[in-house]
Amino acid sequence: MIELEGKTVISLNVNGDSHEVMVRPSDILLDVLREQLGLTSAKAGCKNGDCGACTVMVDGWPAKSCLMLAVEAQDKKIITVEGLGGKAAVQKAFVEANAFQCGYCTSGFLMVCHALMTQHPVMPDEIVIEEWLQSNLCRCTSYQEIRKAVHLMYDSLQAADV
Amino acid sequence: MIPFDFVYCRPDTLNEVTDTFKRYQNENKKAICYGGGSEIITMCRVSSIHPDVVVDIKNIPECRVLEKDNFFLNIGAACTLNQIKESKLFPLLGLACGRIADHTNQCRITLGGNLCGTIIYRETSLPLLLSDAEVTTSGLDGIRRVPFQNIFDGRVRLKEGEWIVQVHIPVWALQARHAHIKKTTQEKIDYPLVNVTAIWKDDVLRTAFSGICSRPFRSSQIEAVLNDHGLSPEIRAEKAAELLPEPPYHDVEGSSEYRAFVFRNTLCELLEAWQNDRA
Repeated sequence: MIELEGKTVISLNVNGDSHEVMVRPSDILLDVLREQLGLTSAKAGCKNGDCGACTVMVDGWPAKSCLMLAVEAQDKKIITVEGLGGKAAVQKAFVEANAFQCGYCTSGFLMVCHALMTQHPVMPDEIVIEEWLQSNLCRCTSYQEIRKAVHLMYDSLQAADV
Repeated sequence: MIPFDFVYCRPDTLNEVTDTFKRYQNENKKAICYGGGSEIITMCRVSSIHPDVVVDIKNIPECRVLEKDNFFLNIGAACTLNQIKESKLFPLLGLACGRIADHTNQCRITLGGNLCGTIIYRETSLPLLLSDAEVTTSGLDGIRRVPFQNIFDGRVRLKEGEWIVQVHIPVWALQARHAHIKKTTQEKIDYPLVNVTAIWKDDVLRTAFSGICSRPFRSSQIEAVLNDHGLSPEIRAEKAAELLPEPPYHDVEGSSEYRAFVFRNTLCELLEAWQNDRA
């Protein structure tokens, strides 16, 4: 059984690297990623699980890092936008589709779309895409372009397979 | 940021959970079960709750079960809504899970968390009420298995230090004809104005509701009216609305009058569809 009290050093696997961080059990993952590891792609929006700006990938699934304790993330594989490397299919697709305006929500959308592609390597139907995208909010309302980016992302995967 | 500290425990066995609750109870400290954590983190953040200890049950094998035997579908309390939905083992519960919060949150929120949370809608309770589900709980007095309705009167009623380990759904309910209608004020992802959940057993309609009142419920009086084929769907829906256990809920999402209006119309649509199928 794990029992943690007070400040403790834990190990987190983020973007393929192991990091030792000192956390309180009540520290949320978002704050640890941003303030201790300097991985600022995950944004603090509502900090209430509504907006999705803080979305990261945990063991292949999207997770809102504002609603996860850092201590829960031990033994899990966390991926943030920094871990995508800048040339991932989803990133190229967002650029091509101009799928952002102010960009604050973009990291969250990138991660939810990357997770979608991870869980559904073949393009799922529109209902599934819509269901996944509904987890995130874009106050600049770039929803059409984001939807287009998802299609471009899958098109590029299909082209790469040919 | 959560503005205070707590102890984080992640036991590997049911006994370790019980020991943890006992130990901290003896120290006069408040320990709570932690599943997906969405509601607990949110409430801690705004200082609505101040647990001394959170006991994360996600590592306990019994809490992660999601499998069917000859008699029951057994679902561990730490299974996420998304796991339940994607398993397709109990489509009605899957529909309920798929309309709680958003997809990303469904990957975190657990069945136990939705049932035991403070948000009043607890929509996963409806399929359990309709299917004569049972629950296994663990606590300071040991393990017990009881009908779900015995521990649920709109919210889960358990003893201090007792918690839900698994729910068990009889196999007859898994593929039974069903309906799940969730009406929201505007957005698809929102709390229910009215949630009507229905299952048919031997051509008898069972219904349970959330959103219309301040707690989820199933009512034998309402079911008797809804199954009275001598009355038109409109009359049955009207009578059902008169048999609500308390006045319709009233909040910013919808007034009492509006909720009652939506409730009657939703029931009427459900009954008309059933009547057409029977004709």
